Amino acid sequence: MKPRETTMEVGELKRPRRWHILVFLLPALAVYTAVMILPLIETLRQSFYNTVDGQYTFVGLGNFKVLFGDPRWAADFWNALRNNFVFFLIHMAVQNPIGIALAAMLSIPKLRFSAFYRTAIFLPTLLSFVIVGFIWKLILSPIWGVAPYLMDLVGMKWLFAPWLGRPDSALIAVSLISVWQYVGIPMMLIYAALLNIPDEVIEAAELDGVTGWSQFWKIKLPLILPAIGIVSILTFVGNFNAFDLIYTVQGALAGPDGSTDILGTLLYRTFFGFQLQLGDRSMGATIAAIMFLIILAGVSLYLFVIQRRMRRYQF
Amino acid sequence: MTRNTIKGLLLASSILGSAGLAHADTTLTIESWRNDDLAIWQEKLIPAFEAKNPGIKVVFSPSAPTEYNAALNAKLDAGSAGDLITCRPFDPSLEVYNRKHLADLTNLPGMENFSDVAKSAWTTDDGKTTYCVPMASVIHGFIYNKDAFDQLKLAVPTTEEEFFAILEKIKADGNYIPMAMGTKDLWEAATMGYQNIGPNYWKGEEGRLALIKGEQKLTDEPWVEPYRVLAKWKDYLGDGFEAQTYPDSQNLFTLGRAAIYPAGSWEISGFNTQAQFKMGAFPPPVKKAGDTCYISDHNDIGIGLNAKSPNAEAAKTFLTWVASPEFAEIYANALPGFFSLNSTAVKMTDPLAQEFVSWREKCKSTIRSTYQILSRGTPNLENEAWVAAANVINGTQTPEDAGKKLQEGLDSWYKPAK
Repeated sequence: MKPRETTMEVGELKRPRRWHILVFLLPALAVYTAVMILPLIETLRQSFYNTVDGQYTFVGLGNFKVLFGDPRWAADFWNALRNNFVFFLIHMAVQNPIGIALAAMLSIPKLRFSAFYRTAIFLPTLLSFVIVGFIWKLILSPIWGVAPYLMDLVGMKWLFAPWLGRPDSALIAVSLISVWQYVGIPMMLIYAALLNIPDEVIEAAELDGVTGWSQFWKIKLPLILPAIGIVSILTFVGNFNAFDLIYTVQGALAGPDGSTDILGTLLYRTFFGFQLQLGDRSMGATIAAIMFLIILAGVSLYLFVIQRRMRRYQF
Repeated sequence: MTRNTIKGLLLASSILGSAGLAHADTTLTIESWRNDDLAIWQEKLIPAFEAKNPGIKVVFSPSAPTEYNAALNAKLDAGSAGDLITCRPFDPSLEVYNRKHLADLTNLPGMENFSDVAKSAWTTDDGKTTYCVPMASVIHGFIYNKDAFDQLKLAVPTTEEEFFAILEKIKADGNYIPMAMGTKDLWEAATMGYQNIGPNYWKGEEGRLALIKGEQKLTDEPWVEPYRVLAKWKDYLGDGFEAQTYPDSQNLFTLGRAAIYPAGSWEISGFNTQAQFKMGAFPPPVKKAGDTCYISDHNDIGIGLNAKSPNAEAAKTFLTWVASPEFAEIYANALPGFFSLNSTAVKMTDPLAQEFVSWREKCKSTIRSTYQILSRGTPNLENEAWVAAANVINGTQTPEDAGKKLQEGLDSWYKPAK
């Protein structure tokens, strides 16, 4: 405690301006402003403008009225939003529990080759989405795919269907591909959180007779809840910004019949155009603005409501 | 010291280097989505041009087809696009022209070599200004495996009834997948399916223009019937066609596993190098024997001049050469399947390409129904037609519903000129 007192005394005496903090922050701030904040503001601004009779003018909330009021725009938008929620829910229901389970298994001290498993499971995360999309398209191909072949070997060929081509299964299939690719991230974050639990806590639990499953549910899980919270919010932001995997696997029209269309692909088609469809920057910016608001709402909900109620334990 | 010297040297060499280039030659850069054609441009077309026009160098710089439109527009806005712009047909290029990125080429020497239909894809709505030199068109039809047809003793079908009879026979035999087409990529179903067989039902230009004038609707029989025929294709496609992609279809056919391939003529050169069997082609079968046949002979590629090009004179020299019969001859033969739009008939050496182009004489030509004017609004008719065609073949939408949905979408923004 002694050093702090001395600094405080000095501080009261001179209180030097700590310019170096500003200097160190400046480059990051400048870069972030240039590549993130300014484009974001510009996009939001553009969503209030449109071309009317050849003139680029301020239209207020006109673009938003079209997006929600015009039956076709609204149908496309709600379809994309609904698909996006399904996409997110599948991640929350499949990716994160599996991530937690894998992390729990990896943290078992007796497990052999844990470094190998860790690397192998994390590896797909590092692969380009183009490669992942291409590999899975091939695996699931009804013509040359390994999936129908392997299923045939164990007599389950009848279960196989051209999943990526059917409106009722395509979204689930694409979501699961994404889960496969990104399951390494929740696993790593939660694994790190599990390793952070001090041995004394575990030993104390064991002395009290809390072992095995009940130890996981009653001791470890509450201690890793903040990490699970972070993982959830990362999943949320990632999923509502998602675009790349769907684009590579299902194309920009996100077929069949728009069944895999999420906000990202809708934005892409609207903003940049597709084939004969010309890009519409104003409507594209409008969709981007809505995406921003959705993500902002989700993150705020987490920051101001959930995170504040979460208990943190200090050791 | 040494470091400064090196810096100085590097600086000097880069400045001098670029200055040297600028003095020697005018370099023209061509923007294109045809990255498949890179070799043909570099080995045949560009040398032929450069030999005649010393002092002008040409660089062909293609980008990926699906990204071309967006990338080109971004480059044009930023002022970093090449001197020569390969033009997509119809509205994407018209939009580029309207934003003053393409120069007016109406009076370019050589333009007289093209008919109005050939120029239609790159002419303003009032027909006064042409802004791209037409290069090539593609023709739709069916390519078939001749060996398979001989083996099963099948004759080339000319009517719809014969066509389905043949598909049934191939299916019964079981050695071949009757038809190689998938619905995963959507556009295959619309372009190789609907736009391929459609003109026979809506009578080519007659129906297409009536649709633009508002005299016909997509819910009318000539426009719904092709969907009904397409729905019947379902039984003759390969297992899991719902997830079959365009390259899958190509490979199924060239590996000899499928007997018939609904095609566009652009496939010819690729198929020639890959298929180990004899191939033939037939035009889309007509409804009843003796009916006039219609084919989709679709303007596909043109080339225009970037309005901001600093090398406009050299670029015009190049464009005039592109408009010449000499270019037509080299191009059409280097790329069998891309047929020259030049009025001078070009001798085709490839038999399959010759078969396709011969239909121009006995059938009436038209272009794809959704391309001119009708895909300007939102929702985009072309995109909707892709989805509809795939749905109809997948069996998730009835032909009548498909027509109804397309017409409703069109009605929401398109008011035909009265």
